[in-house]
Amino acid sequence: MKVAITSAGNSPESQLDSRFGRCSYFVIFDTESKSTEFIPNPNKENLDGAGPASAHLVASRGVKKVISGEFGSKVKSLFDSLQIQLIVLNDSDKNIGEIIELLNHK
Amino acid sequence: MTNPPHFKGFQPIGLPEEKNPVVLHYEEYEAVRLSDFELYTQLEAAKEMGISRPTYTRIYESARRKIAMAFVKGKAIVFEGGKVYFDSEWYSCNACGCWFNHPAKEEDVKSCGLCNSPEIEQYQGNGQQNGAEDLCVCPQCGLEKAHTPGIPCKAEECPNCKCAMHRKGTPHHNGFRINKC
Ligand SMILES: [Zn+2]
Ligand SMILES: [Zn+2]
Ligand SMILES: [Zn+2]
Repeated sequence: MKVAITSAGNSPESQLDSRFGRCSYFVIFDTESKSTEFIPNPNKENLDGAGPASAHLVASRGVKKVISGEFGSKVKSLFDSLQIQLIVLNDSDKNIGEIIELLNHK
Repeated sequence: MTNPPHFKGFQPIGLPEEKNPVVLHYEEYEAVRLSDFELYTQLEAAKEMGISRPTYTRIYESARRKIAMAFVKGKAIVFEGGKVYFDSEWYSCNACGCWFNHPAKEEDVKSCGLCNSPEIEQYQGNGQQNGAEDLCVCPQCGLEKAHTPGIPCKAEECPNCKCAMHRKGTPHHNGFRINKC
């Protein structure tokens, strides 16, 4: 299963980026192959519609879960309709590597 | 709305604890977040919250006045309420502290979407869904009492340990960091 995580940078040491639509990078983590891919967010500077555009981007990668600090209501209903689970981590002192470790506990 | 704030409020530095804090509703918090943090226009923010522009303006004005009141008078701010914004099913995980929702409604939720721990609780919004009792609970000893509408749980003191209480079944009661007694 693929999981998207919003990241402030392009390494596992980067912090979770708490804003979904305008995060710096999306990490696509595959829980089976354990592969990680960092995708720069092309919507980072968007004044308008960054949330839905980012939602479509991660959905097109086939993720089943998205982990971020917060989601707008439009984004939320979009993901709901796509049956993609949202996970909110307010505790932003976890870095990407640590979040992936949590996912690997399965 | 997006998410409720992940902490319970603010307290001024260097003043004794206020007995009558300013109560900021979640929609007011959300209005300030959208206008002054995300820098949305009022029209965009109103759309985002699914309300009319005049309603948005009212909520936003009210939020700013409350914040100004707290700022000038040195009052604490306590976040409360706003059940309308939490009608989707959300769960909190006691193991990793995350929240997650559940888009596939036909399946039961048995474990955390992030760490897979079974230590999860459904988020009850304002505490009155599903006929659940509305209770304040002490984070220290677990004592419960009926919640008094209009009085923030935080303003209630546990008779045993003098802890500020929390609304039962909310993320605040589930061990967020600010919840130290
Ligand atoms: Zn968890
Ligand atoms: Zn107590
Ligand atoms: Zn209460």
